[in-house]
Amino acid sequence: MNCTKCPTSTKAVIGLPRHNAAFCKDCFTTFVHEQVARAIKSHKMFTPEDRILVAVSGGKDSLALWHILLKLGYRADALYVNLGIGGYSEESHRKVQLYADTVAAAHGATLLVHVVEQEAGAGIRELATILHRPTCSTCGTIKRYQFNRAAVEHDYDVMATGHNLDDEAARLLGNVLHWQEEYLDKQGPALPASVEGFAKKVKPLCRLSEREIAAYAVLNRIDYIVEECPMAKGSKMLLYKEVLNRLETESPGTKQRFYWGFLDKQTKPESAPESMAAKDQRTLHPCPSCGQPTTADTCSYCKMMAKAKTAAR
Amino acid sequence: MPFAIRLSQPYHRRMIVQLSHPTRQVEIKGPKRTKELLRELNLVVEAHLVIRGDELVTEDEMLADADRIEIRPVISGGV
Ligand SMILES: [Zn+2]
Ligand SMILES: [Zn+2]
Repeated sequence: MNCTKCPTSTKAVIGLPRHNAAFCKDCFTTFVHEQVARAIKSHKMFTPEDRILVAVSGGKDSLALWHILLKLGYRADALYVNLGIGGYSEESHRKVQLYADTVAAAHGATLLVHVVEQEAGAGIRELATILHRPTCSTCGTIKRYQFNRAAVEHDYDVMATGHNLDDEAARLLGNVLHWQEEYLDKQGPALPASVEGFAKKVKPLCRLSEREIAAYAVLNRIDYIVEECPMAKGSKMLLYKEVLNRLETESPGTKQRFYWGFLDKQTKPESAPESMAAKDQRTLHPCPSCGQPTTADTCSYCKMMAKAKTAAR
Repeated sequence: MPFAIRLSQPYHRRMIVQLSHPTRQVEIKGPKRTKELLRELNLVVEAHLVIRGDELVTEDEMLADADRIEIRPVISGGV
């Protein structure tokens, strides 16, 4: 497989079925940067003057996001929240610190660290037990709180998280399966600072799949934590992602159409929804051949029968 | 490391494939295309990257017995 973008046809390192393309390392890096730049622009996430706080976890998404924003020339610092989940937290903390020291520092960016164990007096596991809540929801709540507080206290204009296309599509699938319409409104890639004391939140990786971001991290030698959070095992999100990936493999572009279609509908100012009856009255008329209501010139039944007659002759 | 002993005998040589969740190694007979290797291990392309040595390879790449392969899952859990 050769790069579909290079005039010299360099060997490709990754195939992108949903774009019907394959890229070499350089063209892929350009592609990723372009996708992030497009997301930032089309959702009006931030400007080059804004100070951005990236929520980093040590995983591929958040480290790749920090990397891309710095490469694109943005003023992006990061915050790591140490959740005190034993060896997993130690390892992820180490990777984030390593990236901050070896790459981010050269761009003049700094890393803030909050340790939950010190501030809340217990690790996530203990907290979840005390509060009788699932671990991931506890850890999500704590992270959101800490990031928001840090962003507001340190006067950042906007908070950026590493949520990717797969995260957003999986979350959308979950919300649709359970008809949690109240959550659907809050699922955009840019949430304004609606209330005083809440930072603006953006997701610049929303146009990139999880696989593309992992590939970007590997190609750019970003050392991230590959093992997933030990608390996430068996979570519904993982199941939704697996299902979507099976669909994606059979039919490339499914995830993108699903999520972008939703965003499209969301941005269109909803004219008063037409009732089913009103819509029928507007679009239906009697078939000239049989008189039954149809939206087409001749109804599909009459068309089919006409074809059958011609074939029989 | 029991497979290291087998490695010292060249006629037993197969490609060593490193997997995660859980972390383990398997030996697979080459030559084989990336996508065939994934299919054989029942893994979905969209959820994995295949790395030979430290280079990313595409689905149509031919992998040989002498190769050291990592199949890296790309799905991350949590929020
Ligand atoms: Zn190229
Ligand atoms: Zn978690």
